[in-house]
Amino acid sequence: MRLLPVVPSVLLLLLFMAGPVVWAIVISFSNSALTGRFAKDPEWVGLDNYTRLLADPAFPLSLLLTIAFVIGSAIIGQNLLGLGLALLFGRVNRTTRALVSTAVVAAWVLPEIVAAFAAYAYFADDGTLNQLLAGLGIDGPNWLFEYPMLAVVLANVWRGTAFSMLVYEAALGDVPPEISEAATVDGASGMQRLVWVTLPMIRGAIATNLMLITLQTLAVFTLIWVMTKGGPGVASTTLPIFAYQEAFKFQAIGYGSAIAVVMIVIGAAFSIAYIRALRPEAQR
Amino acid sequence: MRRTRATIAMIAVTAASLALIGCSADSGGDADTIRVVYQKTDGFVALDELFQKVKPEFEEANPGVTVELEPIVADEADYATKLALMQQSPDTAPDVFYEDTFRVRSDVDAGYLLNLDDHLAEWDEWDQFNEGAKEAGRADDGSIYAVPLGTDTRGIWYSKSLLEAAGVALPWEPKTWDEILETARQVKEASPDKVAFNAYAGKPAGEGSVMQGFGMLMYGTDDTLYEADSQKWVTGSQGFIDSLAFIETLYGEGLAPAPDVALDGSMWQKLFGEWFPGGQIAGTIEGSWSPSFWKQGGQYEWPEYVDDIGVAAFPTQNGQGDGAVSLSGGWTLAVGANTGNADASFDFLAMALNKENALEYNIANSQIAVRSDVASDPAYLEANPFIGFFTDLVTYTHFRPATADYPQISAEIQAATEAVMTGQMSPEDAAAAYDEAVVGIVGEENVTG
Repeated sequence: MRLLPVVPSVLLLLLFMAGPVVWAIVISFSNSALTGRFAKDPEWVGLDNYTRLLADPAFPLSLLLTIAFVIGSAIIGQNLLGLGLALLFGRVNRTTRALVSTAVVAAWVLPEIVAAFAAYAYFADDGTLNQLLAGLGIDGPNWLFEYPMLAVVLANVWRGTAFSMLVYEAALGDVPPEISEAATVDGASGMQRLVWVTLPMIRGAIATNLMLITLQTLAVFTLIWVMTKGGPGVASTTLPIFAYQEAFKFQAIGYGSAIAVVMIVIGAAFSIAYIRALRPEAQR
Repeated sequence: MRRTRATIAMIAVTAASLALIGCSADSGGDADTIRVVYQKTDGFVALDELFQKVKPEFEEANPGVTVELEPIVADEADYATKLALMQQSPDTAPDVFYEDTFRVRSDVDAGYLLNLDDHLAEWDEWDQFNEGAKEAGRADDGSIYAVPLGTDTRGIWYSKSLLEAAGVALPWEPKTWDEILETARQVKEASPDKVAFNAYAGKPAGEGSVMQGFGMLMYGTDDTLYEADSQKWVTGSQGFIDSLAFIETLYGEGLAPAPDVALDGSMWQKLFGEWFPGGQIAGTIEGSWSPSFWKQGGQYEWPEYVDDIGVAAFPTQNGQGDGAVSLSGGWTLAVGANTGNADASFDFLAMALNKENALEYNIANSQIAVRSDVASDPAYLEANPFIGFFTDLVTYTHFRPATADYPQISAEIQAATEAVMTGQMSPEDAAAAYDEAVVGIVGEENVTG
C-alpha cells in the first residue's frame, strides 16, 4: 500500500522512458522498413543488422567521429572551459563576472535550432568568421567544408559550456574557504591547491557533469545536421546522423535502430566509467 | 487519506490528458473528410494552386464531403520520409496524396496504395492517358495504383552568350561526353570564375543527382543499371565506373560548381535564380520544367531566357545507339489503402486530373503532358518555346527501374557520386562500394556479375 503513490510515476516512466528503448532494441532485430514489402510484414532477422553494421565500412569512421566529437567538444572543451571560467569567477569583480556569464549562458539558452543556424552563419563560407578574417586580411577557408569536425566541435563547445560552468560554479561555492586558506598557510602553490584540495572536493560534481555532458553530446543531432548534414561525404557523420540517414533516408528502420542501440551501449559504458573513476572516497 | 486523494487526482489527470492526446490525433477513417497530402515548396506551388481550385468545386459537387488540404513544406526526400511516416498508422494516413513515380512500386509493396483498377474501368477519361505514362502507376501484380499528373524529360540547357564568349559555335550540339568536357574546358579558360558545366551529384541533391546527373551518363553507356528481362541489378559494370569518372573529371577539374557549393541542397535555387540570369553558368543538365522558374509569374522571373537559353539533347558516351539520352520521372496522385471513402477520394483525384485542370497544371508547372487531349492543345504547345523540343525527347527517354528496391539503390548511387566528387573515393572504389551495398539490399541472387 505504501508503494501506491509511486505507481503512476513508475508507469509513466516505464511507458515513456523505458518503452522507446525497449522498442528500439526489439526493432533492431527486424528488417522493418519505411517502404517496400518489409514495411508491411517486417521479419525477425536476429543479429543480421548488427553483423551488417560491423561489416559496414561507414561504421568505424562514424564511431571514431562520434568519440572525437565527445572527447573534443564535451570532455575537453565544455568541461575544462566551464571549470576554468568557474575558477576565474572567484577572482574577478562582479561586473566582469556578470558580463561573461551572461554571454556564455546566452548561447545555452538559445533553442538548439537557433543556435545551430547561428553557428552555421558564423562558420559558413561567406559567414561572420571569414568576414572578420577578411578584415584582418586573411582569406579564411570554407570551414564547414574543409574542417567540418573542427567547426561542429567548436560550435558545440560554444553552445554547451554554460552548463559545465554553472555546475562548477555551484560546486566551488560549496568548498569552504578555510580549507584553501589552510593549504595556503601550509605553503601550497595555486596549482597545488587546485589539484590536491579543490578538485578532490568537487569530485562528485565532476562525475555528474562529465556524465551529463557526455550523454548530451553523444546525442547531438540538430547542430551537426544544420551545419554540415553529416558531410561533406561522411566527414562529419556521427552516429546520430548515421542512424538518421539509414532509418529515414535509406528507409531501413531496423538497421537505424541497431545503430541507436549501439549508441545506448556507448553512453552506458561512458557513464559506468565515470561513476567508477570518480566515486566519493568514503564509498571506496 | 490526503495522500490517496492526491494520488487519485493525479491518476485522473494523467488518464484525462492521455485520452485528450489520443483524441487530437487525426482520425483517418472518416468518410466525410478527404485528406489530401502533397508537397509545396517556394519553388513548387502549382499543385497547391490546383488543389485550392479543385477543393471548392469538389465540395460543391459532393455535398457533405469536406476536403482537407495538407501541404508538406519540404524537399523531395524529406517529403517522402514524412509521407511514409504518416502512412505508418491508418489513423494518420492520407486519403489522396502526391507520389513520385519511382516510389509507387515500393509503396504498393508496403501496402500504402489502393488498387484503382475498378475505379479506372469506370472512368471515361482514362483512355486519354498515353500508354507509356500509364505504366508509371502499375505495380508488380499488374494493377494500376496511381495516375500520372505529367512527366518530364531532361537535356542540356546552356547560356548562348557565355558559349559565344568562349568561341563555341552555336547551336551547341555535343555528340559525345568528350565534346562536353572539351567545351567546358574552353569555357573555363575564357571565364575561369564561372561554372562551365553542371551535372548534379551528391546526397544533398537527392534524386536529382541520379536524374539530372549520374543517370543521364549511365544510360548513355553500353551498360545498364537494371536488367528488366532477368530482373537483376547489374554490378561490376564498366559503364558505372565510366559515369563516375566523368563526374570526377567534371568536379576535379573545377568545371562543375565547387563541391562545397554543390553539396548545399539548395544549389538548384542558385542555378535558376542567380547563375543563369546573371550569366554565371554556361551549361547544365536540367529538366523540361526549367522555364517554369523563369516565365512570367515564376519564382525567378527572367523574361530574357527565351533569347539567351539554348537547349540540346544529352549525348551518349561515344555517340553510340540513338546518340541521345533522356530520363523521365514524374509524379502521380494516389489513393490511400486505408481511406474511409474510396469513391470520393478517387472522384477528387479524377477531378484534379480532368482535361481543364491537367492543362492548367502542365502549363503552370512546365510539365510534359500525359493526356493526349492536353498534348495537342494549342495553349500547351505555346506555353514556352522549349516545350516542343522536350516533348520530342520522349523518344529517347528511359524510365528508372520500376522496382520496389529502387529508392534505396538510388540513395546508394547518390552516396557514390558524393564520394567521387569530393575525392574521397576513386570511381573504381566507389563502384565497388555500390556493388556491395546493392548486394546487401537485394541479395546475392538478384544481381549479375
